Amino acid sequence: MSTEHGTADASRPEWPLYEVFVRGKRGLNHVHVGSLHAPDDQMALHNARNLYTRRNEGVSIWVVRAEHISASSPDEKDPYFAPSGDKVYRHPTFYSIPDDVPHI
Amino acid sequence: MSGDDHIYSVLGQEHGGDDRWAFGTGFTDALAGVDTTLPEGVDGDDLALYCQMLGDDALVQAQRLVHWVTDAPELEEEVALANIALDLLGQARLLLSRAGQADGTGRDEDGFAYGRGPAEFRNVHLAEAPRGDFARAVATLLVLSTARLAVFTRLVESADPVLSAIAAKAVNELAYHREYAVSWTLRLGDGTPYSHERMAAAVADVWPLTGELFAAHPVEARLAAQGAGVDPSALADEVHGVLAQVLTTATLAAPAPFPEPAVAGRDGRHTPDLAPLLDELQRVAREHPEATW
Repeated sequence: MSTEHGTADASRPEWPLYEVFVRGKRGLNHVHVGSLHAPDDQMALHNARNLYTRRNEGVSIWVVRAEHISASSPDEKDPYFAPSGDKVYRHPTFYSIPDDVPHI
Repeated sequence: MSGDDHIYSVLGQEHGGDDRWAFGTGFTDALAGVDTTLPEGVDGDDLALYCQMLGDDALVQAQRLVHWVTDAPELEEEVALANIALDLLGQARLLLSRAGQADGTGRDEDGFAYGRGPAEFRNVHLAEAPRGDFARAVATLLVLSTARLAVFTRLVESADPVLSAIAAKAVNELAYHREYAVSWTLRLGDGTPYSHERMAAAVADVWPLTGELFAAHPVEARLAAQGAGVDPSALADEVHGVLAQVLTTATLAAPAPFPEPAVAGRDGRHTPDLAPLLDELQRVAREHPEATW
């Protein structure tokens, strides 16, 4: 749908992919919310603001180039995560919690 | 530590236990608790016209920006421009609602937006000018948001409490609009030779329309004297200074002085570009007068 206004030129290289993390008002941690394209870090922050906080979701944004994220491989899922599946003693579930201690 | 100091309990209260934070929570009403009675010493008819001037600038520019939806260079920019249009539409709604209160007719925002012809619209010509290319949209937004931010920053102190509350909400929006326009002006102006050329052409196209922003209509002058409005002619130097700094940093030519200010759109005298824009804006409301939304 190319027009005189310079829309979508197939020959133009795509902007790099960024992953976006937003800290919501109610949460303490930044949470992954999605991804976007941007030519550099500053515009990635602008775009993240416009795409992911327009419904009043956030108070802080992190963006990071997707290529800079090292991810665990799906192939290694079992060696990575299965060993913790039967070790219930790693949870602090054997303590009695006093009634007046909330949020545990 | 008392219960209220605990971070979780405070956050829980703020959001009423609503777990759907991804949809957004904690929205506020800009006019909550604001006294809507007309302040003493402020002329209601003048205030109504003034609200239409400020509201129509926003409404008409929002309608222009909507033309980028589905047609922007990047998806991300489309959403950015749509967000800006929605901010302006929100300002227009509050201002036109205030106009209906101030003139005593009780007309609502839709009555103003859909019930007036071009000669009753009070926006400046720059707001109705054709969309042009992306650089032109950036140049238009740069000038309009810089001038509007200068006006609204002062309107926060308006003698009209409603205008003051609207301005207090709008300044953050306008500051972001200006930042968006500045960042693109710098990128395009200080980018490639081709982008520099397009950005320079856009500024040259927009510049002849800037003078009108600083022409004080008699209504603006009277309301400024009553402490409810802002005299735009007093802001020309400040706005010119900001624009000159942005343009020269973007390696573009230092701007000429603003053209001689002359009232036109504020008196309902418009270019032929406004009528088709309003036709599009008002068509559904005209064809379906009973419709509600």
